Amino acid sequence: MITYVRNNYPDIVSDLVQHLWLALIPVALGALLALPIGYLAVRKGRRLYQPIINVGAILYSIPSLALFLMIPVIIGVGYLSPLNVLIGLTLYSMALLTRTVADALVSVEGEATQAAAAMGYRPIAQLVGVELPMAAPVLFAGLRVATVANISLVSVGALVGAGGLGNLFTGGFQLGFIEPIIVGIVLSMLLAALCDVALVLLQRQLTPWTRTGARA
Amino acid sequence: MSLALLVPPTPMINYFGYLFDGANWTFGGDSSIPDRLLQHIFYTLAALLIGALIALPIGLLIGHTGKGAFIAIGLGNLGRSLPTFGLVLLLVTMFGVYIWPVLLALVVLAIPPVLAQTYAGIRSVDPAAVDAAVGMGMRPLQVLFQAEVPMALPLIISGLRSALLQVTATATIAAYASFGGLGRLLIDGLNRNQYDQVLAGAILVALLAIVLDYLSAAIERAVVSPGVRQRSTRRRTRASTQTPAQEGAVSSR
Repeated sequence: MITYVRNNYPDIVSDLVQHLWLALIPVALGALLALPIGYLAVRKGRRLYQPIINVGAILYSIPSLALFLMIPVIIGVGYLSPLNVLIGLTLYSMALLTRTVADALVSVEGEATQAAAAMGYRPIAQLVGVELPMAAPVLFAGLRVATVANISLVSVGALVGAGGLGNLFTGGFQLGFIEPIIVGIVLSMLLAALCDVALVLLQRQLTPWTRTGARA
Repeated sequence: MSLALLVPPTPMINYFGYLFDGANWTFGGDSSIPDRLLQHIFYTLAALLIGALIALPIGLLIGHTGKGAFIAIGLGNLGRSLPTFGLVLLLVTMFGVYIWPVLLALVVLAIPPVLAQTYAGIRSVDPAAVDAAVGMGMRPLQVLFQAEVPMALPLIISGLRSALLQVTATATIAAYASFGGLGRLLIDGLNRNQYDQVLAGAILVALLAIVLDYLSAAIERAVVSPGVRQRSTRRRTRASTQTPAQEGAVSSR
């Protein structure tokens, strides 16, 4: 195992870096898309809420490989383009986080939002200045789930040309060696744990008030 | 030199050729869609059944006694970050290209969501209701199966549903390791550069997952008592300020 890592150090690092980008860019893009959609679902007539949640749930139930390979037809790129993996994972993150944003915005409705409205906050200023900060714990819980899910999913991309650590899985399988596969699994899980911790620390930095109050 | 030579001929790609070819819809043969579909459903349900037979009793035990909670929570988190593709290829590389190492991987992947959600479901039951059941003279097993399980059912079923989707998805990528099922269409199509076959597989796999999820939602509506259903949704909205209830049910595809 150690010899394997020592001999293939550069390849493993480049796979790891690719893995990280393929997992995190979609979370960021998905969050950017989920904010307006989630806002729409809650604030612009509750009639939109259930349809939006349902579409998200259907999208999220599609297996990753199938999703990756349906995208080329729609956007017209080759089926081995890394774009397919990026877009597929973005769709997953968006589906997951739209639900999170909608639930988060519902959870903060009450005295504080009414007070903000009474103080003269306009809708967008109220969203950015009052509601999103108050909803931070729920939003971060969603971000953590999306990040961990994406990191474990990226490796499927090895079947369609962009797999990060998944390349170690296919490589190991083809050569009949378990070392690369174990190294890939361990690194993928470590990466997920590290990103999870990073998000927890970021949340603590961004929401100092949650530490002073009563904590459940 | 005529202009026609400079413009590369655009090949007519018939994306849906494979899917709508009647020859692929007969039983028997390598390209048979119904065979692959039934194979996929059979393997998926078999793995889910075995996984549930292992995970449900353990989850019930941990939830009921409250002992070993860290196992349920830790396993749930571990299961979410475990790369499914890596686990399948690890077991196949270790034990050889047979069906059973893949089935073993699918069973292993079905366990964490079921166990974690069963535990969470039993723990979420109102202690006052459990006290009332004990006060009525129920024996421990009666308390578990007549009071705790019916009230925990929404969460238990959400664990089973998320395991079902995960196994369906992983059975698809397992085709890379010569596993049967609809994933064969995807992997064989990729190897032969036949995108219409790939697309047929992708559409069928997606539809299968959506239909299975819809059916399990229908089963959930049929078996969960209406009173429990209403209460649990109400509690879920209120509890969502801390952690969304969906968090535990989410697993990677």
